[in-house]
Amino acid sequence: MAKGKVEFREAYCKGCSLCVNACPMKILQISKRTNAKGYEVAECVDMDKCIGCASCATMCPDSVITVYRD
Amino acid sequence: MKIIADKPKMLTDTPMHYCPGCTHGIVHRLIAEVLEELGKTDNAIGIAPVGCAVYAYKYFNCDMIEAAHGRAPAISSALRRVVNPENIIFCYQGDGDCASIGMAETVHACMRGENITVIFINNGIYGMTGGQMAPTTMPGVKATTCIYGRDPKRYGNPVHLSEMLATLTGPAYIERVACYDVPHVKKAKAALKKAFEIQMQKKGLSFIEVLASCPTNFHMTPLEAMEFVKTQGEPFYPLGVFKDITKEENK
Amino acid sequence: MKKLWKGNEAIAEAAVAAGCRYFFGYPITPQNEIPEYMSWRLYEVGGAFIQAESEVSAINMVYGAASAGARAMTSSSSPGISLKQEGISYIAAAELPCVIVNMMRSGPGLGGIQASQGDYFQATKGGGHGDYHCIVYAPSTVQEFVDIMYNAFDVADEYRNPVMIIGDGMLGQMMEPAEIPPMKDAAEMFEKYHKNEWATCGHSDGKPRIINSLRIEPDENEEFTIRLYKKYEEIAKKETKVEEYRMDDAEYVFVAYGSVARICKAAIVELREQGIKAGLIRPITLYPYPTATIEKAAKNPNVKKFVTVEMSMGQMVEDVRLAVNGQKPVEFYGRSGGNVMMPADLVKYIKEGK
Repeated sequence: MAKGKVEFREAYCKGCSLCVNACPMKILQISKRTNAKGYEVAECVDMDKCIGCASCATMCPDSVITVYRD
Repeated sequence: MKIIADKPKMLTDTPMHYCPGCTHGIVHRLIAEVLEELGKTDNAIGIAPVGCAVYAYKYFNCDMIEAAHGRAPAISSALRRVVNPENIIFCYQGDGDCASIGMAETVHACMRGENITVIFINNGIYGMTGGQMAPTTMPGVKATTCIYGRDPKRYGNPVHLSEMLATLTGPAYIERVACYDVPHVKKAKAALKKAFEIQMQKKGLSFIEVLASCPTNFHMTPLEAMEFVKTQGEPFYPLGVFKDITKEENK
Repeated sequence: MKKLWKGNEAIAEAAVAAGCRYFFGYPITPQNEIPEYMSWRLYEVGGAFIQAESEVSAINMVYGAASAGARAMTSSSSPGISLKQEGISYIAAAELPCVIVNMMRSGPGLGGIQASQGDYFQATKGGGHGDYHCIVYAPSTVQEFVDIMYNAFDVADEYRNPVMIIGDGMLGQMMEPAEIPPMKDAAEMFEKYHKNEWATCGHSDGKPRIINSLRIEPDENEEFTIRLYKKYEEIAKKETKVEEYRMDDAEYVFVAYGSVARICKAAIVELREQGIKAGLIRPITLYPYPTATIEKAAKNPNVKKFVTVEMSMGQMVEDVRLAVNGQKPVEFYGRSGGNVMMPADLVKYIKEGK
């Protein structure tokens, strides 16, 4: 059972990958989905593994990610 | 579950115009988080530079002044004498702004020991104008005005601004930080917090230099650009505290 | 009560009386008595002074203080005013009120330190980059300098526009009897402007104020400059000031401002004693320019010609020609390099017809 959860404000994401690289659980990736600005946005592929460490949000330059933890 | 990380309210909802992976966005968020944690969101006044961060006035949820290129420390020196001493004043400046065209303003605000905080984003390149050589471009690094790499014999030497300012009597706190990975972002945040605390204690000028990346003008991916800061930038511009009068006071 | 004041010091005290509490400057001859005076005087009235690292920095300090709604000023002399042009353009574009004094010395370049009027173009036609104007006053006596300074901050505040007052080394250095008007209530004005709608003094009402001159969208910037120029039209209607001296029956009309106007007046007295009907139009505001007054004189059948007299190679004469618009001859008499014409020079010029 996941300890944490992440939510992306996709409209603000620029697909820079800094969050993907920062995630210790390696559960983030850049999707094939584009937002209104044409960026391929980041997403979580296995939320059950999220530990709510907020590393992704720490590196995100655009404050895209909200992190929850138990 | 409770929220442990979110967009700070101190930042507006305006999407930032920075390129993907630009360090400016991280530092903006850190400043906003720190001001929120210190309870200083409602009376801060920020001075935006000319350069990539020219639109900083759109992103911070506080009174903002857009300065002429390099003049933020002069503006904030006057502002300091006009507004309430409890108002937080911060200058947000890039390397062209702070270390080249505004060098005199930077140095003299430090000499006067103004009770302000200067955040100096050093990415070693002129971002907004398209990748020209900065006063902080490292030897050998290519820019559009030194296309074979910076040869100090031809183009002069870069400046270690934090070390230089630390020789002055006026500044209270000077630290160089980086934002290339999670631990360093956390350290950068701690440095910013200390800088604003020093201003709140009216101890004088605090100066935080942030080693930043510029993926667009480094011609790298955001991850490669961060790696460049780590492997090339940090050895040339060592991180650390260069001046801390609170430590000297405790001796 | 009238006292004998040195020009520069009278101007500084008049600024304090007008509610100025912040001065930022850099030493340059012949205006040094202004920062020297302000360096101690402002602290007596709860203000502050910074001897800036440069004129560039000084004008940006004015920008900073004015951003928070304070009454702030700077002063300098010609080369220093050139350095300030960047900041003046930004101040005009951010619509901030402030007062700038230029005690003109001779140029170009480092030039000399004697009196000159070579900065007319710079003062009235912009000086810095872009479409903007300062409101420009040119007093001719120490008392007039005091009176203009006393109202300059009110004018700057009303229009949210920089005001420039230009004198020269003579006016700054001479001693004349002058009366400083009573102190305005600076605290009250500061509250009024400090808490007004636009000043960035750290508001806690959830509505951040922004002082800015960046308008990167062409339409936005054009809209702004059109609004700015509407403001200038308003200023021209309400603030244009000019003195007409012995113009009722004048056949020869001098047009001169500042110290030179006083020399013209002495020449007019001499010419009239010799039976020659001379008069003077003295612009007190150089921007807005008293074009209508000169137009009116050009239409007057008595008037034979205009002689513009300046301590320059001929700058204001262009505005006189524009106002006269070919209706009468417009001649120019000037001295430059820091030299000053004598009344006798002007008498001779009129009598010998050249």
